[in-house]
Amino acid sequence: MDTNKSSRLAAILNERESEILSDWIRLQGSSSTRRLIGEEELHRQSKDFLAALRQGVASGRLDDIQSSPWDAAREILDSLSRSRARQGFTPSETATFVFSLKQPLFQALSSYNQGNDEFWNITLLLDKLGLHTTELHQKSREEIIQKQQREVLELSTPVIKLWDGILALPLIGTLDSERTQVVMESLLQAIVDTGAGIAIIDITGVPTVDTLVAQHLLKTVAAARLMGAECIISGIRPQIAATIVHLGVELHSVITKATLADAISLALRRTGQVIQRVRPLSSTQEAGRGTDSDS
Amino acid sequence: MERIPILKMGEFLLVSIQVDMHDRLAMSLQEDLTQRIVSARARGVLIDISALDVVDSFIGRMLGHIAAMSRILDAETVVVGMRPAVAITLVELGLSLPGIRTALNIEKGMDLLRLASAERQTGN
Repeated sequence: MDTNKSSRLAAILNERESEILSDWIRLQGSSSTRRLIGEEELHRQSKDFLAALRQGVASGRLDDIQSSPWDAAREILDSLSRSRARQGFTPSETATFVFSLKQPLFQALSSYNQGNDEFWNITLLLDKLGLHTTELHQKSREEIIQKQQREVLELSTPVIKLWDGILALPLIGTLDSERTQVVMESLLQAIVDTGAGIAIIDITGVPTVDTLVAQHLLKTVAAARLMGAECIISGIRPQIAATIVHLGVELHSVITKATLADAISLALRRTGQVIQRVRPLSSTQEAGRGTDSDS
Repeated sequence: MERIPILKMGEFLLVSIQVDMHDRLAMSLQEDLTQRIVSARARGVLIDISALDVVDSFIGRMLGHIAAMSRILDAETVVVGMRPAVAITLVELGLSLPGIRTALNIEKGMDLLRLASAERQTGN
């Protein structure tokens, strides 16, 4: 049916390729794309895509860009949208790559005196390709966000070996179920790996503690206890202590300390170790030492 | 019928669970162990579950029962070598086994038992 027409279109693309290409690149250059991407790269991308477009058009299947003749064109758009998403292009800038092809193509078509439906077909085709680009752009942006989320998750749960047999887990940021799971797993694994008997969970960096967060903490403590390690929760700020009491959260089964330093000194005592001063204190430094109230 | 061996080490009993626990096996272990605590006059029981991939709520509760029964028979129970995944599962099931002492490995478990036994003797 429209194989005839599309072959004519392909012929036009073939004959006037260099003209269309230069017009297209000029158009793209006038939009804002050029400041983020080199001229050579733009030229190469445009040329490749035009060749792939010709291949697709020659097949006559203008209505279905998911079909195999369009593989090459889709592939070029795939890599283009991905790289542009990473380079910080907006979706409309990325889609403009395809849409700006309309004008030079129409000019070329009109000089061949084509009918209206020819224009209609090519508009539909380029719209589809443009939408495809936008979708891919969106998808790769989402992938980037997900990757960053995973990285943040991993970064935010370091387990530190503090001393012989003592682990520390400084928590920073809000605790949700997913993060608690990661925290719990990495802590328990670290307990197995190091054979530590005591783990200090420091929540100085946790902005708020509600019932859910407290429950998550208690779960972590209970799991560590099941493995044979004791947990100390430290870094509880006064406001948080007040919140915990007001919420009626039971933290009796857990050892809690106000500061990490208190927790460390308790942990050292529990494991039968001491840190000793080898030089006498200078008089200005006399502070916060020798607090022996624990358990 | 298969049974889990109970080894005697001095005044302590050592149970190492190497096979998947099914309910009947758990029940027979519970019976054997209480019998053995009495006959061997054991002061402590050490249960090694480091080979267990799965601990369900029944086994978890059975461990709790063993600990409670041993305490009545004047023996401390220590469960050692629980895997992280098992610990997480038990906590999610709401079984934090409050009555059981735990240790990371057999060595630390034995230390704990000796300590408990020494404490008791000085207490007497």
